[in-house]
Amino acid sequence: MNPARDYIPWFDWPVEFEWGLMKTGQVLGIVILLLLTLAFILLFDRKVWAAVQLRKGPNVVGPFGLLQSFADFFKFVFKEIVIPAGANKTVFILAPLITFVLAFVGWAVIPWSSGVVIADLNVGILYLFAISSLGVYGIIIGGWASNSKYPFLGGLRSAAQMVSYEVSIGFVIITVLLLVGSLNLGDIVENQRDGIWMWHGFRLLNFAEFPDNLLVGITMYAMLVVFFVSALAETNRPPFDLPEAESELVAGYQVEYSSTPYLLFMIGEYLNIVLMCAMTSIMFLGGWHLPWGAVDDPWLGFVILYGKIWFVFFLFAMVKAIVPRYRYDQLMRLGWKIFLPTSLVAVAAIGYYVTFLAPPASAALAGG
Amino acid sequence: MLAAVAFYVLAAMTIASAFAVISVRNPVHAVLFLILAFFNAAGLFVLLGAEFLAMLLVVVYVGAVAVLFLFVVMMLDVDFAELRQGFLSYLPAGLVVAGALFAELALVAYAATSADGAPIALAPAGEGGVTNAEAIGRVLYTEYLLVFQLAGLILFVAMIGAIVLTLRHRPGVRRQDIAAQVGRKRSEGVELKDIRPGQGLG
Repeated sequence: MNPARDYIPWFDWPVEFEWGLMKTGQVLGIVILLLLTLAFILLFDRKVWAAVQLRKGPNVVGPFGLLQSFADFFKFVFKEIVIPAGANKTVFILAPLITFVLAFVGWAVIPWSSGVVIADLNVGILYLFAISSLGVYGIIIGGWASNSKYPFLGGLRSAAQMVSYEVSIGFVIITVLLLVGSLNLGDIVENQRDGIWMWHGFRLLNFAEFPDNLLVGITMYAMLVVFFVSALAETNRPPFDLPEAESELVAGYQVEYSSTPYLLFMIGEYLNIVLMCAMTSIMFLGGWHLPWGAVDDPWLGFVILYGKIWFVFFLFAMVKAIVPRYRYDQLMRLGWKIFLPTSLVAVAAIGYYVTFLAPPASAALAGG
Repeated sequence: MLAAVAFYVLAAMTIASAFAVISVRNPVHAVLFLILAFFNAAGLFVLLGAEFLAMLLVVVYVGAVAVLFLFVVMMLDVDFAELRQGFLSYLPAGLVVAGALFAELALVAYAATSADGAPIALAPAGEGGVTNAEAIGRVLYTEYLLVFQLAGLILFVAMIGAIVLTLRHRPGVRRQDIAAQVGRKRSEGVELKDIRPGQGLG
């Protein structure tokens, strides 16, 4: 299995060791890729924001400000870590670590192109859902451990907000996996391989099965929108950044954090955003496939998926730049009174489609 | 070998954190240890090959129920020293409950062992390429459909009960009318005035 075993015949290491070494290498590669991506996506975020406001954005460090994130990194790392006197020290340090680690852990099941995935879980999408629902702990624990009013209020707000929007994210995921008939992320992408008319977000274009495409197409497009907005709320991204809300809560749960712990919070938060972008690309935008056909070449597939992640992030950045912040009661109303009923009806509609209308091939997959 | 190591690590962590839940002084720390215990239990499920149950445990208990626990415990100003005073008087009752649970578990373990001492396979996992989620779904929505629906109904009743207990309609309180707010037109909210210099609004 491992070529190194053939090269070094006299060293008879156990198979588990080889496997562990290989996986460690893969994980290390993904982590480095993600951190580098993050450095530039942070800059991209600020550049888009600046462009909308007719500013230049960061443009001093490196050509076009390309090295700004690295400068910021060193600035954060070399500052002093201040822990408030009344804080619960262990938990205070634990909170950013939880956020940081969880943000990375979710990427283990993301398939980068056909067959290229660290852990090919049968329940991949459920795993992602579970990990993203754990993200709330870093925030709520951080808010509590700071032993201060503003962070605590921010932590409570975010707990309520993230739990609320998780519900509709769960229902959106159910619609997708009803269509696919599998919880495996690779299967979800392969179900969309034919072209843009099979992408879950754009099933309306599948005129071959007219008029059924109206039902499934409109429902799934609505689900794409619901998922996108819920992802904004779930990652505390503007216009739903109420846990931070600098005009009301100073900076919410992050008030007492400085230096490296703050950096960990920020990296974790942005990595969760990028993870949501990847989930949107995989579940609704065809993963590593092109709009006009399937892609089986691993490298090309990787580039396409990577490009899609950047595109979805661009949408996130535009929303941040354009939409004003929601009021808290409006946020709750949107989550519970609009998204939850909509996605619930969508689950029923897609269930009806899969059971009674779907073409035989898809029905066979769904019915087992 | 690796599986055995993983099992002992996870089992030891589960028991240690479960013990910490009842022994630490700070209630918030207790909830955090409870979360750790849930997490390790999910790991044990994965070892058993029940990855679907493991994920459900994390989603439902760690992701939702424990968050609400944490929420409540943080909001309440619990004086734990006061709570601890009754420890000895509650001990016999606690021991009875623990003994009953243990007896039930032992009974199940005994019943699940066939006459020749070999354990009966509880879940035919992966039979004929059927995934975990599918196997559970097939049993749950065919054989146990009625029980499953009843369980859902009970939860629903509990939810309605909680709402009924807390919802109060007091007279004379101004309530928000979202439709009226959203349906407001520009002409109702803004009036344009042409102000001449030196005259003011008058």
